[in-house]
Amino acid sequence: MNVLELQNIKKYFATQKAVDDISMTIGQGNIFGLLGPNGAGKTTLLRMITGIFYPDSGQILFDGKKFNALDDARNIGYMPEERGLYKKMKIGEQALYLARLKGLSRSEAMDSIKKWFVKLEMESWWNKNVEDLSKGMSQKLQFVTTVLHKPKLIILDEPFSGLDPVNANLIKDEIFNLAKNGSTIIFSTHRMEQVEEICNHIVLVNKGKKILDGTVHEVKQRYKDNVYQLGATVLPEHLMTHIFEIVKHEPGRLLLKLQEGTTSNDVLKYFINQGIVIHSFHEVLPSLNDIFIKLVEGTSNARAFQNV
Amino acid sequence: MNKIGLVIGREYFTRVKKKSFLVTTILVPLVIIGFYAAIIAITINGGSDKQSFAVIDEANLFNGSIETKNKSISFHFIQNSSEKDFVGKYKDSGYSAFLYIPPFNLEKPEQFVLHSQSTVSLTTTNSIERIINKAIEDKRLVAQGIDPKKYEAIAADVSLRNTIDTKEGGKQSMAGVAYAVSFACGILIYMMMIIYGTQVMRGVTEEKTNRIAEVIVSSVKPFELMMGKIIGIGAVGLTQFAIWIILMIMMQFALPLIFPDMLSQVNNAASNPESASMVTNIAQGLSSLPVTKIVLAFIFYFIGGYLTYASMFAAIGSVVSEDQNEAQQLVFPVLMPIILGFVIMMQAINEPNSNLAIFGSLFPLTSPIVMMGRITYEIPVWQMAVSMILLVGCFFLFTWLTGKIYRTGILMYGKKPGWKEMMKWAFRKS
Repeated sequence: MNVLELQNIKKYFATQKAVDDISMTIGQGNIFGLLGPNGAGKTTLLRMITGIFYPDSGQILFDGKKFNALDDARNIGYMPEERGLYKKMKIGEQALYLARLKGLSRSEAMDSIKKWFVKLEMESWWNKNVEDLSKGMSQKLQFVTTVLHKPKLIILDEPFSGLDPVNANLIKDEIFNLAKNGSTIIFSTHRMEQVEEICNHIVLVNKGKKILDGTVHEVKQRYKDNVYQLGATVLPEHLMTHIFEIVKHEPGRLLLKLQEGTTSNDVLKYFINQGIVIHSFHEVLPSLNDIFIKLVEGTSNARAFQNV
Repeated sequence: MNKIGLVIGREYFTRVKKKSFLVTTILVPLVIIGFYAAIIAITINGGSDKQSFAVIDEANLFNGSIETKNKSISFHFIQNSSEKDFVGKYKDSGYSAFLYIPPFNLEKPEQFVLHSQSTVSLTTTNSIERIINKAIEDKRLVAQGIDPKKYEAIAADVSLRNTIDTKEGGKQSMAGVAYAVSFACGILIYMMMIIYGTQVMRGVTEEKTNRIAEVIVSSVKPFELMMGKIIGIGAVGLTQFAIWIILMIMMQFALPLIFPDMLSQVNNAASNPESASMVTNIAQGLSSLPVTKIVLAFIFYFIGGYLTYASMFAAIGSVVSEDQNEAQQLVFPVLMPIILGFVIMMQAINEPNSNLAIFGSLFPLTSPIVMMGRITYEIPVWQMAVSMILLVGCFFLFTWLTGKIYRTGILMYGKKPGWKEMMKWAFRKS
């Protein structure tokens, strides 16, 4: 079942087409990666999904029904890229306030806050002010306030920035847990290694348009270059063949790209016929990072994007 | 609506629980009471600052003595000395000033000089002038063959009492009290607008720069957030004023208990009958005012004025970022009508039915303050009604427009938009 369905969403600002005709569907329990260079329109898209902006045209369906920002607020948790909390408010009160704004009753909110604070070892923070917290600690608090009301859809914009590896893993585990328990997660980031690790479905947007959509596996298959890595004890200096071209030649290791019309078996046959002892042979799939750069490069925004 | 309540609650309680709220709430009345105490102390000790004057009376106008009711001034006649000789000496002889009366023509008295080291206060100069005039008048009366004592018996001194005729019968008016009430009401509304208006602005800017606004508006409508903030902070203002009023009333009762002899001292010090009956006069003056009307109008304009301006302050807060200078520039046009209102009010207190006062009390941006200047006088019902309707209408219009600016501004970062850009947001359809 699809939790969220976007149909031909458009949002134009005075100076640019922030979101230009994007459609996508997100199934329940998925961890969905929304990728794109800076200024691609990700935040605008997310703001429309959270009901902060209205699309100029197109439709958003939430749980199969037309999206209504007020009624569905309770089912959505949004953690914006630029974190925000009231600096001079007690942490416990703040969490309670944000949860109640989402529509939880006081007792429901208290139960949930206690549960999360225990889980993430934050019990001692209750009476502290946010300004007393370190950046990583307030990140954790922000994450908790986002998921307190058990939303069906959780939108996380760069959730790991500023977290140390231990806390990042803690949050990552919680994200997996939430997905396992049926929540759907939209995860927006620039960090491709996190996407590969966490997401099972990705969409890439650039200049307001969707340029890639699929599961991580599909996408990698689609953009693979037929590159294989071959390991052998001894490799001859010069290999003369028309079935592949050599990408990289290292002692005992060879990176090669198949020519059109040849298969991996042809390569193996060739080496076996040469009497070379092979101890490994596998396909090298492109990383999402490579795909990302390949697709975005050349557009004017590419320069703004930082390769991580 | 339930969510607006949550926002109001947060805005209210986080502010009221702050230490600074407690401090200002208690300090301000203390400062005011200290001010009162200082005035009372000055009244009581007014006589201690004695001034003695040297007099060389070459015309023998006073026959060697001057009688004065004012105990803080004393005169000493210097014999056998000329003006020129004594000018250099009076200071060393312990006199603060030196009055020289040359021989003069009774028909055309002139050339009187008061020598001093520094400027003599206007009151002192006036009272010496009065003394000289009286002496000259007496001399002239004698010259005309009239006994000055007889003349004094003939002279009349009438004080006019202004009675305002209402249905409940005549009441005694007291212009001073009416003036004070108008002024106090106007100042309170003026303070409310500026102090709590800027608090709304700062609160909005804080939410924007903290980026919490984005989290909140994903669960509440921006308009609810704005109204919640405005109402919450307004309630803080009302609480503070209420505490002040209660504290002051308590002080009024407590002071005589703590210092039982203070009041009697004040009454003793005020030896002339005018100030002795001051307290009763104030009470009389207050009872002559249409108290119910004033209280109701004050509450209406207090709240109406605050709400109208608060939404503008909120809109400004939503378009600026950290840089406080940006806010200053945008705030100025909003402060202008408030200050203008205050200026017109000062005029309206004296001339409640002038064209300017009437205009100011109808124009919704100045009416909350200006109306207070006219409130102690009779105001035609139509003017009152038009003024109130305009204010309410203005509030709705402004809140609607500023709500749209707020909604866009609070999520915009980077360059500050100009007025033109903001107008575009305000009048955009969706």
